[in-house]
Amino acid sequence: MSNPAGTDERPPSEPEGAEPEEQQPSRWHGVLREITSSSAMVAVLSVLLAIAFGSILIAVTDEEVRSTAGYIFAAPGDFFNALWDAIWGAYTALFRGSIYNTRAETFEQAIRPLTETAKFAAPLIAAGLGVGLAFRAGMFNIGGRGQMLMAGAASGWVAYQFDLPGFVHLTFAIAVGMAAGALWAGIAGLLKARTGAHEVIVTIMLNYVAYYLVFFALSKQSLLQAPGSFNPKSLPAKDSAIMPKLLGDQFNLHLGFLLALVAVAFTWWLLERSSLGFRIRAVGINPPAAKASGINVGRTYTVVMLIAGALVGLAGANQVLGTVTSGVTVDLDAGIGFDAITVALLGRSRPLGILAAGLLFGAFKAGGFAMQASENIPVDIVLVVQSLIVLFIAAPPLIRAIFRLPAQEAK
Amino acid sequence: MSTTTAASVPLDETPLAGVTTVIDKKAPVLFGALTIGLLLLVLLAGESGDTTFRLATGTDFFEIPEITVPSIATTWLMVAICALCTAWSVRLYLARRRTPMWLVVVFALMWMIGFLTWAATGATIPVVGLLAGSLALAVPLVFGALGGVLGERAGVVNIAIDGQLLAGAFAAALVGSIVGSTWAGVGASMVAGMLVALLLGLFAINYFVDQVIVGVVLNVLVIGLTSFMFTQVLAPNAADLNHPPRFEKIPIPVLGDIPLIGPIFFRQTAIVYVLYITVALVTWALYRTKWGLRVRSVGEHPKAADTVGIKVNATRWRTILLAGAIAGMGGAFYTLVSVPQFNREMTGGAGYIALAAVIFGQWDPIRATLAALLFGFASNLQGVLSVIGSPVPSQFMLMLPYVVTIFAVAGLVGKSRAPASVGIPYRKG
Repeated sequence: MSNPAGTDERPPSEPEGAEPEEQQPSRWHGVLREITSSSAMVAVLSVLLAIAFGSILIAVTDEEVRSTAGYIFAAPGDFFNALWDAIWGAYTALFRGSIYNTRAETFEQAIRPLTETAKFAAPLIAAGLGVGLAFRAGMFNIGGRGQMLMAGAASGWVAYQFDLPGFVHLTFAIAVGMAAGALWAGIAGLLKARTGAHEVIVTIMLNYVAYYLVFFALSKQSLLQAPGSFNPKSLPAKDSAIMPKLLGDQFNLHLGFLLALVAVAFTWWLLERSSLGFRIRAVGINPPAAKASGINVGRTYTVVMLIAGALVGLAGANQVLGTVTSGVTVDLDAGIGFDAITVALLGRSRPLGILAAGLLFGAFKAGGFAMQASENIPVDIVLVVQSLIVLFIAAPPLIRAIFRLPAQEAK
Repeated sequence: MSTTTAASVPLDETPLAGVTTVIDKKAPVLFGALTIGLLLLVLLAGESGDTTFRLATGTDFFEIPEITVPSIATTWLMVAICALCTAWSVRLYLARRRTPMWLVVVFALMWMIGFLTWAATGATIPVVGLLAGSLALAVPLVFGALGGVLGERAGVVNIAIDGQLLAGAFAAALVGSIVGSTWAGVGASMVAGMLVALLLGLFAINYFVDQVIVGVVLNVLVIGLTSFMFTQVLAPNAADLNHPPRFEKIPIPVLGDIPLIGPIFFRQTAIVYVLYITVALVTWALYRTKWGLRVRSVGEHPKAADTVGIKVNATRWRTILLAGAIAGMGGAFYTLVSVPQFNREMTGGAGYIALAAVIFGQWDPIRATLAALLFGFASNLQGVLSVIGSPVPSQFMLMLPYVVTIFAVAGLVGKSRAPASVGIPYRKG
């Protein structure tokens, strides 16, 4: 359980200096190899397989399909028509809801789904980075939900409590949110470093503790609850603390998406170009070896969780200050804390992979709601497809067996 | 620099091991903190009035009269007793001796009486209802925790307990409604739990996928599947497909009439009696049979087990399937006893509490059962206290199991040591 997502990591014993000296051509070569390697192939096939399974589920539960299946031998055409309608309808609705609305009258309306995808992707990317970064240090951060809740509550409090000029207020609110997320995740890192408490258990438990803490604060007038209200909800964020819309008011896309991109760049730099990133990867690959070469493993765990929590906290701030600005509630995480795990796994814990995975799952989310609205297919199908993708990707031998691909290396 | 005592050294350099040293200091420190907490409650928020404990239900052999006590005086008395226990524990610690279990039990009991007396000032606490309700709330947790203990003892981490409970609840509602029989529902719930375990085993044992990842993802998968099926199939045909029969309470003739104990333990539904048998069977099988020895050996040292001819992965497979059936049965409690219909995400993360009980119970069936009962008590106490209008915020009571578990894994309350090879797939050769 030490290094869940780093299975395709190079073994540390492989000497870096053994490569030929000129690195110039190897970079693009490496990228090419990465794309065409069967690992990418496995990813694509996993997505296809998961979608195929989703189709079966849609077809089996479709009224029309089931009623025509009753007389399939009398009129097979009816059955296959119904089958095609159900599946084609579902996936075209998914496409229309997530990428390009072919039924729209104006270009703005047609392109709108794409901006919705980006809007949904932003918190998934930020939180996915938080989970993925922890993976790289060999830690499993299941605490996304709790970290988002604490961050969202803190950001939301700053957003309604203070009167500051626009830009300062927004920056302050985001910073406080990220700090809250960092502290909450830092508890797990510190406990692991100090006592060896397993971070999986601690982060799961902290999710619930955060939930009840925020719930408690939201039902106390003296704490976060809006004055005179009986609902567990805070005051809405002040305008000065709301993330500006990126493409004008007709689109919901807000600054959070840009911040998520900045977070991707930062995490990439951190992991690939900084000495802290080197220590993180070293600890993730082999803690005893890292310790033997003078890295303070415990401190690295704590620092990684602090940064990871800040990244997840950005997702929480994104929700409260950008997506739902009407006030803090206990549902502010909207399942993103758990989705982030699948995003990080699908993205193989690499910043760019997480960006791509976040966009894909953002598209699923945006499209899923459209599918529910137009085709009456419950949005929960998206959960099924997402989790299947991750399961398949995590087991390349299974995919190779199903599609009869040659094994990558002899076992 | 190396003169720090071994007992309190923060394990800076070995954060990987789940092993923490036994520190006898914990008991006195914890006692002291709890006593001071109770003292502060009565000092700062004590109100004069009476508290009544109702101990009888009416059909007992003989009736225990209600006990009414003055709140403040009683709480002070309990604070004094707790302080004595703490002093005793400190004395034992100074003499380098462990705090005995009976002292912990006495302390916990006295502290709880003091706390209840304070919290329910001016009201009546239905003690029997409180405890019987706790048992009912704990039933799925105990089933889940037993499943978790079995799996982890065989070396397979089972985060998917929640998924097994949810799948069990779904299957019990569906099959129970179609067949019209509660026992068919229970059977279906066991099959559903086994199906989740099948996926867990396929990925974790056969394909060496990280077990925690599989567990987390399986939970999401089961939530997605059951919610999808609920909206698509169950909800539109609720009368036919989501209307299972319900287990009735069966009082056991003589045992059920014993005052206090009878109404709590022996006037329950059949599934609770099955639970008693399951706890006993699992404990006996794990510690007293050849099968149990093998299960524990593949969880502790699979290589050694393999060397003496035990088929490691086959043993793990059989164990997690059995564990899945047990955890799935816990799910049936939701739809065949608590609420006679399925709802989306109706377990509400109970599987994670069950997981907490596994760890807090130190991977032992009996202790995990007790931990699950404790968590059930905390959540039922919250319900009872909010009904009688107590000053304790309900959220803090609900938070309790999780906080306790964090303390437990951090080694502040008791020691927690997982089976040595838990979470590590076994590759032969």
